[in-house]
Amino acid sequence: MRPVTRVVPCLDIRDGRIVKGVKFQNLADMGDPATRAELYQDQGADEIVLLDVSATPEGRAHSLDTVRRVRDRLSIPLTVGGGVRTGDDAARLLDAGADKVGINTAAVARPGLIAEMADRFGSQCTVLAIDAARNDAGWSVVVRSGTESTPLGAPAWAATATDSGAGEILLTSWDRDGTNQGYDLELVSAVSSRVSVPVIASGGASDAADLIDGVNAGASAVLIASMLHTNRTTVERIKAEMLAGGIEVRPC
Amino acid sequence: MTARNVIIPTGTANLASVLAAFRRLGVDLAPVQTAAEVDAADRVVLPGVGTFGAAADRLEEVGLTDALRRRIAAGLPTLAVCVGMQFLASSSEESPGAAGLGAVEGSVSRFDDDLIVPQLAWSQVMPDPASRLVEPGWAYFANSFKLTNPPDRWASSTATYGKPFVAALERDGVLACQFHPELSGQWGSDLLQRWLDATGVTA
Repeated sequence: MRPVTRVVPCLDIRDGRIVKGVKFQNLADMGDPATRAELYQDQGADEIVLLDVSATPEGRAHSLDTVRRVRDRLSIPLTVGGGVRTGDDAARLLDAGADKVGINTAAVARPGLIAEMADRFGSQCTVLAIDAARNDAGWSVVVRSGTESTPLGAPAWAATATDSGAGEILLTSWDRDGTNQGYDLELVSAVSSRVSVPVIASGGASDAADLIDGVNAGASAVLIASMLHTNRTTVERIKAEMLAGGIEVRPC
Repeated sequence: MTARNVIIPTGTANLASVLAAFRRLGVDLAPVQTAAEVDAADRVVLPGVGTFGAAADRLEEVGLTDALRRRIAAGLPTLAVCVGMQFLASSSEESPGAAGLGAVEGSVSRFDDDLIVPQLAWSQVMPDPASRLVEPGWAYFANSFKLTNPPDRWASSTATYGKPFVAALERDGVLACQFHPELSGQWGSDLLQRWLDATGVTA
């Protein structure tokens, strides 16, 4: 039995504004995070993810303020990631109003961070974000917003991380991000079959059919961004289409 | 006189979300550290913490275990969330040897191995006919462990993940939720409001 699928809008944040790019580059301004988060909540979103893609310490400080503003309005779960290097960084985000914290580059550099966070805050609060890029052998984990490749294979890294206490995997296909070509379903399947924790599929979905495919490939939750930010569709419509496609979702 | 509404800062992961949820209802929760403050409070919120054992250690360390046990036995207004609810039991598979409050019988066990765990998902809550506060609806859960059997002398709401488990317990002024009411949208907010209304002076 699988859990009821979560539909999770993701807001990439830079300097307090929503941005969206293609393969993490060429970022365009897409509005105010608190306003958008509340709109998606009202449309029936099951959770919100905020990813801080700021490049500077000033931008990071800004993001704590963004988390507070979003939390004030949000009565659904909020996951925040981006630039988390230590348990204290995570604690600051939790104090600002996050319910779960995503770690990525820092966990690759120092895998002990995963157990440190799981011990301190619980597995259910510790989300490992993996950016995966296809290679000849499968998928390698890439870090620093996709600019740096690592020797880690994505499915093996997911398994190692969950053994260390990660309670959820936020799995982004670097190849598909922002491309509207659908999730990398083989990636979703390869990772989901290696772990027993929820996997959030991310990168490339352009319509409800893509989301349904992601769930059928093994995802417990689906991450969406551009299709909402551009007002091409709504969470409510997406959920109706998923339900019609045989996927159980929480009614809006 | 303004009600004394307090929260026990158990080193919980998402204290800020609980505070924000009550703030939206016009209630400021003050953090407390001592048994005397817990005894003197009109309403006490015990939020979720990392693990059962961590909760036991932390509460014992600051001397709040007995104060909480007294409140719950007396049915005084107390809201326990997630591990806070599990802590009403006497023990948990999560932390063998750690002692809970023993206010409900039964022990806390892990979800079956064939499930995706932790459960990080919305699920439907079915109230007990005796429930006064919980209504049918969708709640957000974030747990790997659960109380399986509804205990005697409590109104038990249930949810199902693989098999049924206890989603909430009510008795007198005590409301204990396995789910996170602070993260369960309008339904959760309405539940918190009903608990506030049912437990005397608001604000």
